[in-house]
Amino acid sequence: MDFAFKDEHIAFSDSIRKFLMVEAAPEWLREIWETETGRSRELRGKLAEQGLTALSVPEEFGGIGAGDLEWVLIHQELGYYAIPDSLIDTAYLATYLLNRLPAADASLKKTWLPKIADGSARIAVGHPVNPMVADAQNADLILMWHDDEVHALTKDQVKLSFNPSIDMSRRLYKVSWTPSDATRICPARLGKQLWDGVLDRAALAGAAQLVGLTQRMLDLGIDYSATRKQFGKPIGSFQAVKHHLADVAVKAEFAKPVLYRAAYATEREQARRGVYVSHAKLAAGEAAWLGARKSMQVHGAMGYTWETDLQMFMKRAWALDAAWGDRAFHKKRIADFILADGARLGPGETFA
Amino acid sequence: MRLEYTERQNKFRAEIREWLAANVPKQPLQSFDTEEGFRQHREWEHRLNGGHWSAVTWPEHLGGRGVDLIEWLIFEEEYWRAGAPLRVNQNGIFLLAPTLMEYGTEEQKKRFLPRMAAGDDIWAQGWSEPGAGSDMAAIRCKAIRDGDHYVINGQKTWSTRAVWADWLFGLFRSDPDSVRHHGLTFVLLPLNLPGITIRPIKQLNGLPGFAEIFFDNVRVPVENRMGEEGQGWNVAMATAGFERGLMLRSPGRFQQTAKALVDLYKAEEKNVDDCSLRDAVVKSWMDAEAYTLATYATAGRLRKGEHIGPEASTNKIFWSELDLSMHETAMRLLGPRAELMEGSPDGGNIGHWLEGFLFAQAGPIYAGSNEIQRNIIAERMLGLPR
Ligand SMILES: Cc1cc2nc3c(=O)[nH]c(=O)nc-3n(C[C@H](O)[C@H](O)[C@H](O)COP(=O)(O)OP(=O)(O)OC[C@H]3O[C@@H](n4cnc5c(N)ncnc54)[C@H](O)[C@@H]3O)c2cc1C
Repeated sequence: MDFAFKDEHIAFSDSIRKFLMVEAAPEWLREIWETETGRSRELRGKLAEQGLTALSVPEEFGGIGAGDLEWVLIHQELGYYAIPDSLIDTAYLATYLLNRLPAADASLKKTWLPKIADGSARIAVGHPVNPMVADAQNADLILMWHDDEVHALTKDQVKLSFNPSIDMSRRLYKVSWTPSDATRICPARLGKQLWDGVLDRAALAGAAQLVGLTQRMLDLGIDYSATRKQFGKPIGSFQAVKHHLADVAVKAEFAKPVLYRAAYATEREQARRGVYVSHAKLAAGEAAWLGARKSMQVHGAMGYTWETDLQMFMKRAWALDAAWGDRAFHKKRIADFILADGARLGPGETFA
Repeated sequence: MRLEYTERQNKFRAEIREWLAANVPKQPLQSFDTEEGFRQHREWEHRLNGGHWSAVTWPEHLGGRGVDLIEWLIFEEEYWRAGAPLRVNQNGIFLLAPTLMEYGTEEQKKRFLPRMAAGDDIWAQGWSEPGAGSDMAAIRCKAIRDGDHYVINGQKTWSTRAVWADWLFGLFRSDPDSVRHHGLTFVLLPLNLPGITIRPIKQLNGLPGFAEIFFDNVRVPVENRMGEEGQGWNVAMATAGFERGLMLRSPGRFQQTAKALVDLYKAEEKNVDDCSLRDAVVKSWMDAEAYTLATYATAGRLRKGEHIGPEASTNKIFWSELDLSMHETAMRLLGPRAELMEGSPDGGNIGHWLEGFLFAQAGPIYAGSNEIQRNIIAERMLGLPR
């Protein structure tokens, strides 16, 4: 029984953290927010240089072949730094789908996996749990759900309408399209399982980002409360302020092991994977919302401004909480599990 | 990362499960806050010890099995799962013993631990005083050196199970001119010494679960001191660390409650038109799982030689709030029947929810109130200014 990550995974995520700390300063992210596509070739190029786009791609296609446990550390960093890029949809979710396509579709893999690995392709993923498709506009390929089938579309095959999100790092589109034999790349029989795998990984990635975001908002609150003075003292010396931030620390502390169990169960394809992922998403979402609320409170009016960086992280947290399954969706998955007849619950059943 | 049990751990689980199935009393014992219940629980401790189950993490020569913290968690899971009696000697076995292992002399360990494991000595804690609650450094009860004895004068209060316990451990002011954390000494003493008066205090449920203790020139031999004279604060903090951190409330307890709550929900759902209840039940299961996972993660770290830091304070807040919210949910599910005391002839077998609800009220107060824990988290974990 050991929750420790492999040394090399920790070393890799440490190096990514240091890289993002230097390269993804909030000022630059704001600039990217303001652009029309909301995406930056330069940022994407740098992420690719770090090997992030190649993580899930098998070695034979120029990638690294990493698993969900390695990713979960990276997702936390991407959340902490609120990275505005379609990296996760492309390099984690779409790659998961493409990797598992029937052998007959070798050509799709051959075309796309190397491009994903080297960072040159962006792929969007459309699933009915989300009303919109993120990053459809600047995607080179769009993978869509239709009755559990997987369809692959290029932009000339779809009509897109842009729907602005409060989180300007998210670029959401309503996608209108017509499924046909020509667009189908996987039948429902196999697709069902693949889409389940995509949904769980997307929710897991969301949970991990939310844990990272919680930590970021907590850190911003701590920094601010140490420097802002009122009544002749740093506001962080006031107990009410301390307790706001302590409450966030408690939630964050107890979301992490839940997240790690979910990642472990996902990597091993355990039967309870979905329940554990839903648990992680809920715990992380709650922590992040509390982190946003409390950090906002600690910042006073400063927190209510566009200028203060906190807003970037709060908005991300508010949005990600309901992406890839809102709380009702994930609670229902847990309720179905714990309320089922003969459910194995209680002491001794935690790692089943 | 490896979130699976080893063969050895599975065997250990099977062994304790089998023993408990054969030995846990079929009839629930009376509350250990009654004289007869206390006696029954002491007897149960004898029985546990007969199977070498009363303190599994201790070395074998002191009455334990020398197992690690993961196996301790497994033991606890099985214990709660089996519905075995509450541990009347919990203060001794889970709180004093780890400190004794660290600060006690070899002689003290041999003298106290085997009798503790057997339930021959049941222990109470003596920190709090009328003027020293959250502010424990305000302790005034004196233990003044007189030759090879300490002479104790003053008062302790809120001492759990002191009404029928045999021994007390606690902090006393050995240097009358000292202030705050200085000049305190950690002393172990039998509660039947001349000069000791114990006045039971009734708790919310009407039973005398704790007591005031008055000391009038009580003489305690110097060899009953643990650690150095005047160093008691550090010794006590080690106990507080264990208490908050890991051993006071093992996760099995809350998982068992969460499971019972799921069953209660399934039974009562049709009678209660309140759609927020399902949500509360789901949350209970999630939080009991989260507490379990966090505890396993901590145990894993400790096993590798790491220490519990100020993040232990997050534990205390988490489990006490979880326990409260689970019992609040149960009360809401039971509606107008929730107020019925255990033994009400037409209540059905639900009184334990009320009992648990009452006890849950104390969770955010004892073992360092949750406000104090938040202060610790903010100042020592997050580094906010004092
Ligand atoms: C069921 C139960 C069993 C107990 N068993 C034992 C035992 O066996 N041995 C023993 O020695 N003691 C025991 N205690 C006592 C327990 O340790 C104290 O109740 C606890 O330390 C709080 O002290 P107090 O009750 O004096 O409350 P106070 O310290 O008076 O606190 C009252 C309120 O003020 C708040 N407060 C106090 N100081 C601060 C601060 N600095 N910042 C913010 N808020 C603050 C508290 O959080 C609390 O909400 C037990 C208590 C209970 C309820």
